[in-house]
Amino acid sequence: MVLRERARRAAARGAHAGVLGAFIVFSAFPFYLMLIMGLKQTTDLLKRTNNPFIWNQSPTLEQLRVLFHDTLFVKWLLNTGFVAAVVVVITLLLAIPAGYALARLTGRWGEQLGIGIFLTYLVPPTLLFIPMSRVIADLGLQDSLWSLVLVYPSFTVPFCTWLMMGFFKTIPSDIEEAAMIDGMSRLGAFVKVVLPISMAGILTVVIFTFTLVMQEFVYAMTFITRAANFTVSVGVPTFLVHGDVYFWGSIMAGAFIAAVPVAIVYNFFVDRFIAGFTVGAIK
Amino acid sequence: MDARQETLALEEPRPGRLAALVDREEWLGPLMIGPAVLYVVLVVGVAFFLAIYYSFSNITVGARDLQFVGLRNFTSVVATTKFQTSLWNTFVFAFVSQALVIVLANALALALFKEFKGKWLVRLLILLPWVAPISIGTIGFLWILDSTYSPVNWTLEALGLIGPEGWFMWLGVPHLAMGSVIAIHVWRLLPLATVILLAGLSSIPRDIHDAVAIDGAGFWRHHLQITIPLIRPIILVAFLFGIVFAFTDMIVIFVLTRGGPYDTTQVLTTLAFFTGIQGGDLAEGAAIALFLFPLLLAAAIVFLRIARRAEVT
Amino acid sequence: MATVETRGITKQFGETRAVDGVDLATREGELLVLLGPSGCGKTTLLRMIAGLEHPTAGEILIGGRVVNELPPRTRKIAMVFQSYALYPHMTVYDNIAFPLKAQGFPREEIPKKVEWAATLFGIQRFLRRKPRELSGGERQRVALARAVVREPAVFLFDEPLSNLDAKLRTLARDELKQFQRRLATTTIYVTHDQVEAMGLGDRIAVMDHGKVRQIGTPREVYDEPADTFVAAFLGSPPMNLVERDDCILGFRPEHFLPKGIHEGQVATFPFHVHRVEYLGADRLIYGELTGKWGEALVIARLPYTVGTPIQPGETYDFDVLEKDLKLFDKATGRRTEPRPL
Repeated sequence: MVLRERARRAAARGAHAGVLGAFIVFSAFPFYLMLIMGLKQTTDLLKRTNNPFIWNQSPTLEQLRVLFHDTLFVKWLLNTGFVAAVVVVITLLLAIPAGYALARLTGRWGEQLGIGIFLTYLVPPTLLFIPMSRVIADLGLQDSLWSLVLVYPSFTVPFCTWLMMGFFKTIPSDIEEAAMIDGMSRLGAFVKVVLPISMAGILTVVIFTFTLVMQEFVYAMTFITRAANFTVSVGVPTFLVHGDVYFWGSIMAGAFIAAVPVAIVYNFFVDRFIAGFTVGAIK
Repeated sequence: MDARQETLALEEPRPGRLAALVDREEWLGPLMIGPAVLYVVLVVGVAFFLAIYYSFSNITVGARDLQFVGLRNFTSVVATTKFQTSLWNTFVFAFVSQALVIVLANALALALFKEFKGKWLVRLLILLPWVAPISIGTIGFLWILDSTYSPVNWTLEALGLIGPEGWFMWLGVPHLAMGSVIAIHVWRLLPLATVILLAGLSSIPRDIHDAVAIDGAGFWRHHLQITIPLIRPIILVAFLFGIVFAFTDMIVIFVLTRGGPYDTTQVLTTLAFFTGIQGGDLAEGAAIALFLFPLLLAAAIVFLRIARRAEVT
Repeated sequence: MATVETRGITKQFGETRAVDGVDLATREGELLVLLGPSGCGKTTLLRMIAGLEHPTAGEILIGGRVVNELPPRTRKIAMVFQSYALYPHMTVYDNIAFPLKAQGFPREEIPKKVEWAATLFGIQRFLRRKPRELSGGERQRVALARAVVREPAVFLFDEPLSNLDAKLRTLARDELKQFQRRLATTTIYVTHDQVEAMGLGDRIAVMDHGKVRQIGTPREVYDEPADTFVAAFLGSPPMNLVERDDCILGFRPEHFLPKGIHEGQVATFPFHVHRVEYLGADRLIYGELTGKWGEALVIARLPYTVGTPIQPGETYDFDVLEKDLKLFDKATGRRTEPRPL
């Protein structure tokens, strides 16, 4: 009986590892390929009989050199960084007070408003991008990064407000009440007492906004026309093609750089993100 | 001045009208929430109404002004096979991919629920498809499914399942292309669903799992009869999110197939893009995009239902 | 029918030893209470017996068989949790039927068994309802029915009464005891409530910091505590413990009465009263022992039958019968033999 139990447990562990392994391969193999291909020699890449998963010839930094010197990749990174930085600031300025107000200062109608704000997140860029393109053109912001700065908060603010509301709800209101009894106004208590404790939540919002900006494609594709003004999300898939020839090595190198570092940082914050998200929803 | 007067003096409100506003909580709430609401309503609301407005007009990219044309855009667009195929594809891609996602996400969430060594790294790898920019992930698949160089084909040949002439044209043959699009939707949205389900799993009290262990249920009964039914509302939330994201996505198909071959992977969003932005017919493009709205409305209503029920119980 | 035995059972969580080498053996059909403050290891011990935790060292035997490696479902046990852990999405019927289905009980027999278990606790009319429609007391009975339906060899209870209001608790305690007597199944019951322990237990194992300090009948642990911990844990208010030279003197508040009430060999103490609490059936007198006792704080409990007037601020002579005086070693806290004072 004991032996059978031991065998059963070992089999369960094996199955567990197997299932996880399969999912890991499924999720991560494109990025593995990006890594390999970014460092692969082009002749190695384009030989279809070669094993695509390893370096058949010795790895090279040539693809990276092309990426950084012969393309606008660095400019795209800077563009993306610029847009992200400004949008993060705007989002924080709008979403943090709004989240606090929804968590503390509103009653019944606050609930509705909170859900309403969240629902606007469900209105996709793919529905709004056509009239937006016209508005942007009329405002003279066509082909400018400022068009993105103007429009991106429309999807970062709703979600981040919801997140911040969730975070603030987890802070017991005793602390602010104590501060107010000690002589602060509600606003003062918010700034001096609540905000410092919420740094973790705020940081999560920053990361989340950053990834949202990095991922956006539809507006960037629609508003920006000149290659020098592309963001990374648009530049890598569209520009690294001359005629019908794809510069796969450089594309993959660029893709890896655009995807993986952010994901590593994001991974640190996922727990917080879930906590904030579910508190807002499940209460 | 006696002591009482001194203490009373301390309680006077601060001077200045703004400060007075800030002190009154009925004003502080709207003040803090105002900018966000204003901004979102302005941008999203105005754009949304413009979308409706344009769809009833004849506006084009270059035009200076527009005229009202009634339902002409809708009627002309609906009649085309291109549109009908796009509409059908949009639903098929979204629902099939998300049905797959939910099944897989349940398995993955259960596997991730235990503690084990290296969980942080495993989670990072599993999250990659979701965190990576959609266009970036998709460009990876452009290579993976390339008819000449596809590593998938290479692996199949290496395993002896196909010959050198039998390489699949993953993106060039209609049904394979549709399958590829569905697979990429699954690939991309699996992490999100998993994360949501994991949150749900952690809300089940530990006692319940202990009771099941004592009652004697094996693995399958434990999870199929107890664990999964208990997180049903969360599964619904994950499913809804996935449907909305898959339904309204343009990037995967744009990067992968541009809607081909022969419109077999065309969806509403890409059709709207090609018609409105590349083709210049903003009015028709807007009309096409508006067909996304009914499903979004339905999703919003279901969300509200769930939210209300969560409050009640 | 089986007995439970633990040999040197230990559980280590990182740096802390939650259970530290416990040797225990139940008697057949008895209700053994694991009693102690929170954190003493009683719940961890119970969970190891159930198979929900793996021991770091030691053995657990159920019915004479070592069960360390066996999962809960093969141990022939049933458990009632503090939260009841009912399956919220299932009806009461399905909750009770679940263990039978899970262990492959013949399908035709299930309805009869469920009916039997439900009737045992008077919840037949709830069978179609869901747990959230029931009161706390009703849910507790469903949990009991679910535990009993498999006719296990051992029952494990983890503070099942603590979620009930105080009034219900005494009633529930009585019913629980009757039910356990009737089924005569070996039961291990965890609680931090010493009144509950004294009322329910055939024997009580008093635990502290992972170790069992004493096992005995309620009378044994109350009247003959093995050390100062047990002496102070049982009894409300707790036993008075007073230091004197090289030993600790203990006497219970109810044995500490004004001079003249006791008849026989007594020891007398000068008692300076601080405060008197009138509680109806008793009076609690708070004060200190003066003189050579160095202002030791003590409490006296006078039943209503003792009407001696007591004024705060006054000093009185109070007696304890010599046989009620317990001596404890100052260094170890363990009981020592009585000797002349």
